[in-house]
Amino acid sequence: MTDIIIVGAGPAGLTAAIYAQRAGRKAVVFEASVYGGQIVNTPEIENYPAIKKISGYEFAQTLYEQAKDLGAEIKMERVVGIKDGGSVKTVVTDKGEYECRAVILATGAKNRPLGLENEKALIGKGVSYCATCDGMFFRGKTVAVAGGGNTAVEDAFFLSNYCEKVYLIHRRDEFRAHEREVEKLRAKENVEFVLNKNVTALREDGGRLCAVEVTDKNTNEKQELSVAGLFVAIGQSPDNTAFENVASLADGGYIKAGEDCLTGTDGIFTAGDCRTKAVRQLTTAASDGAAAALAASGYIDSMDI
Amino acid sequence: MAAVVVTSANFEAEVLKADKPVIVDFWASWCGPCKMLSPVIEDIADTEDSVKVASVNVDDEMGLASQYGISSIPTLLVFKGGQLVNQSVGVIGRDEILALAK
Ligand SMILES: Cc1cc2nc3c(=O)[nH]c(=O)nc-3n(C[C@H](O)[C@H](O)[C@H](O)COP(=O)(O)OP(=O)(O)OC[C@H]3O[C@@H](n4cnc5c(N)ncnc54)[C@H](O)[C@@H]3O)c2cc1C
Repeated sequence: MTDIIIVGAGPAGLTAAIYAQRAGRKAVVFEASVYGGQIVNTPEIENYPAIKKISGYEFAQTLYEQAKDLGAEIKMERVVGIKDGGSVKTVVTDKGEYECRAVILATGAKNRPLGLENEKALIGKGVSYCATCDGMFFRGKTVAVAGGGNTAVEDAFFLSNYCEKVYLIHRRDEFRAHEREVEKLRAKENVEFVLNKNVTALREDGGRLCAVEVTDKNTNEKQELSVAGLFVAIGQSPDNTAFENVASLADGGYIKAGEDCLTGTDGIFTAGDCRTKAVRQLTTAASDGAAAALAASGYIDSMDI
Repeated sequence: MAAVVVTSANFEAEVLKADKPVIVDFWASWCGPCKMLSPVIEDIADTEDSVKVASVNVDDEMGLASQYGISSIPTLLVFKGGQLVNQSVGVIGRDEILALAK
């Protein structure tokens, strides 16, 4: 039987695997999409201690190799549920069932969608969640960015360097983004602020996005903007609904846990962006990975007595 | 066999006129997820005789990318008998890739 199963091979899950292996435990990590998690798309990381600059891809690749070299197993399967049998937990994936003694939930967060009907179908056909990844395909075209935080404002700035025109659509008239960044954007001639408006529909033509409908929050007036691309930057959201039977969730779907990474269920731990916390960064994800793995290892010790 | 590097000059011969299904991987060197997909694509190229595997560097071949409406990478397109029959955006596993070409 595996000692510790880790759900999610992001920075938190892979760090947990490193600490588990080094504590003499056998760790298996399950990953539903790409190991490395959210960070793989980031061109440059400049705030991880002792690494001045690294690409997200290189960070993910190095972390993955480090965990693997220490003996952790990484399996590309999606975890769909956990059966808590006390001293033995059964992790259910889309391909099989695996028994273990402790589980660490490190499912992270994903880009939050707008929640519009045809949004998913238009991904890669005009709808994107990553301006630095997909921006170049919209060179010389008109695009929109939805959101009001730092990511939205930075995305709009980045896109304004390539695109004919950029609409920044925000549901308020104030920004959460740094004022300095907003001012920089205001100075751009090809950026138009569309404020107090929500994106309420996506129009398509021949299977591709051709316009967005925006609705004024106060007057309910609708307006259509012709765009070739829409970059959605309205934050991240977790998805832990499959684990509600073993971990209680806070509003917003984050797993309730403190710095100790305990979920309240014996033998079920959590780490990284998927838990309730104030700062969601690589350093805090790595920190949780260490805390959760050592707590899990200590739990297994206590069961053996 | 390694994936065939495809350009607008040989796209017709290598992809549209191929005698088996072709999986075309649109990628770029600055795209992290593309680099994660590449080993899987190369592995399919090396081990699966039933399909042909081709790769398009979008930085060099913006024309091909826009012709096929690529606006996010990695994107995989699958052609059979000169027709586009399937596509997928983002990193997916080996089994899912092969299923696209079934
Ligand atoms: C654009 C962007 C830029 C960023 N830049 C920085 C930066 O410069 N510096 C910094 O410190 N932080 C940065 N961050 C934040 C940082 O990426 C996150 O804090 C960190 O990735 C969190 O790690 P994690 O392991 O908790 O979660 P994630 O990275 O989200 O990883 C979770 C993993 O779990 C997998 N998973 C989820 N559910 C399941 C399931 N049911 N079964 C199997 N696998 C599952 C997911 O596929 C994912 O791979 C950035 C984030 C974004 C989006």
